[in-house]
Amino acid sequence: MFKFIVRRIIQTIPVIIGVTIIVFSMMHLVPGDPAQIMAGESAPAQQVENIRERLGLNEPLPKQYLSYLGNALLGDLGNSMRSGRAVTDEISARFWVTIELAIYSTILAVFIGLIAGVISATKKYSPQDTIIMLIALFGLSMPNFWLGLMLIQWFSIGIDLPNWFPFINDTSWFKPSGWGSFQQIVLPVITLGTGSAAIIARMTRSSMLEVIGQDYIRTARAKGIKERIVIYRHALKNALIPVVTVVGLQFGGLLGGAVLTETVFAINGMGKLVIDSIAARDFPVVQGTILVIALLFVLVNLFVDITYRLLNKRIDLD
Amino acid sequence: MSDPVQMMNKSNSVIKPSNPKTKKWIDIFDKLRKNKSAMVGAALIIFLLLVAIFGPFFSPYSPNTQDMLNKLQPPSSDHWFGTDNFGRDIFSRIIHGTWITLFVGFSSVALGATVGTLLGIISGYYGGRLDSIIMRCMDVLLAFPGILLALAIVSILGGSLVNVIIAIAISSIPIFARITRGSTLSVKKLEYIDAMKALGASDRRIIFKHIFPNITSPIIVQATLYIATAVLSASGLSFLGLGAQPPTPEWGAMLSDGRNFLYNAPHVAFFPGIAIVVAVLAFNMFGDGLRDAFDPKSKE
Repeated sequence: MFKFIVRRIIQTIPVIIGVTIIVFSMMHLVPGDPAQIMAGESAPAQQVENIRERLGLNEPLPKQYLSYLGNALLGDLGNSMRSGRAVTDEISARFWVTIELAIYSTILAVFIGLIAGVISATKKYSPQDTIIMLIALFGLSMPNFWLGLMLIQWFSIGIDLPNWFPFINDTSWFKPSGWGSFQQIVLPVITLGTGSAAIIARMTRSSMLEVIGQDYIRTARAKGIKERIVIYRHALKNALIPVVTVVGLQFGGLLGGAVLTETVFAINGMGKLVIDSIAARDFPVVQGTILVIALLFVLVNLFVDITYRLLNKRIDLD
Repeated sequence: MSDPVQMMNKSNSVIKPSNPKTKKWIDIFDKLRKNKSAMVGAALIIFLLLVAIFGPFFSPYSPNTQDMLNKLQPPSSDHWFGTDNFGRDIFSRIIHGTWITLFVGFSSVALGATVGTLLGIISGYYGGRLDSIIMRCMDVLLAFPGILLALAIVSILGGSLVNVIIAIAISSIPIFARITRGSTLSVKKLEYIDAMKALGASDRRIIFKHIFPNITSPIIVQATLYIATAVLSASGLSFLGLGAQPPTPEWGAMLSDGRNFLYNAPHVAFFPGIAIVVAVLAFNMFGDGLRDAFDPKSKE
């Protein structure tokens, strides 16, 4: 097991180097002179030259890359062209917002996805199964930015709903923007989590169906064990193993999906930072934020792989 | 009375196609036909294609004609989906946008699938160092979650529909490369490939005449499903202002316009979103059906 973990960590290193190469290349692949673009078209030549000097753009590319990598390892991703602040400061101010958004959305997705998937699998081909799978298909096909806008329209601006929940008709209850309070968190989390919930539901269903068809489940049933115990203790436990991988990948995917959700709800996270910085041609911040999100994704994948292996190992030992 | 032997021959000739490849496709088509969800998906795709090709000739208004006296009108018999902030007819704009959406979806997947498949076959067939290099590069591309790689590429190239196609195509390359490599590895082990090598067939002939035709199923399934992803990504990038530029009637861009009018004219954002859902749903449903039809384990 230890060997596997070490090997898996070593395999991650070239990927991380590759990610840094791509992120570093971004500025140099931009058509035109990056210094001129950042300074603005009408900027005086001296200002452009200063930017070029400051960013070391006169150096040969390999040297520039090595110094970028060296600085990145020391936690220095350059300075924002807009604010002049360190890119790491810009990111750290927003880092936890995106992480929180992704974690809450994953929790919601796992909760709904697992329940829906188990109901669907245990009642295969029933009307419930059909309805759940249809909803999942819709969830999968819905652009999350559209869902976000519709949720704002329905719950934050308000439509005439029956008076089941007094707070729903109170249009000030669900906040359409920002992050922090419960009222601000609910809608973005639903927006971001829906697609993942759909994927987890479909995965859980197919994984459960595969496990339910196994001999040991038939044996458990033949022994007269209650159906509930057969499903939750025997089937679900084993069906969850492939689901873990999907959940991990979804969490990583949500970091990318947060770009759109944060834009819709005006949440000051890393996703919105990327979009605002692209619009302002603030390349150091774009590069830094994309690098941080990609590295997070790589680490999450590593963690998921190791967890998957651990779970499988435990089952082997059983 | 007709001759029973002749009847038998007749029926046999119907059931048994002479070519096994034709039989395989007939089987797949039969499975697909029995799958209601796949048929709904296929019908929706055909509908969208018809709208994309013929719709513009029948759309009630021009997509870009402004009518400031009738701006932000709710849906009515004159304007089925209402009008936007420039008084443009949303129904006509959605019809004109269908072609853009399908074109972006098909072309980005065609581009990504071609490059990805080629890399995957080369990687799987030749193996060794070349395989390692190609697959490590694919791993690096896969390290950017969701829309992030496409976003990074568009931020470099600049916002336009062509750049969105390129960005989505590049993001899809590793997915096709991985699938093709896996399939190539399993086909490569088969005896007839060894036989072809022994007969002196060139690598190119083996790859294109003998390996590629046997690995098309997973590529077709993935391509269909990826069109759905491509439509979502393209509309997402346009929503962020990095794709289609105004006044192009692209659905994601229209949705983006609509978000400023959620309070007084929610229909401006509602209808383009529904159009995206229908398109994505169509390819997801048909892709799921194709996957089941190609799966030898699936029931008839």
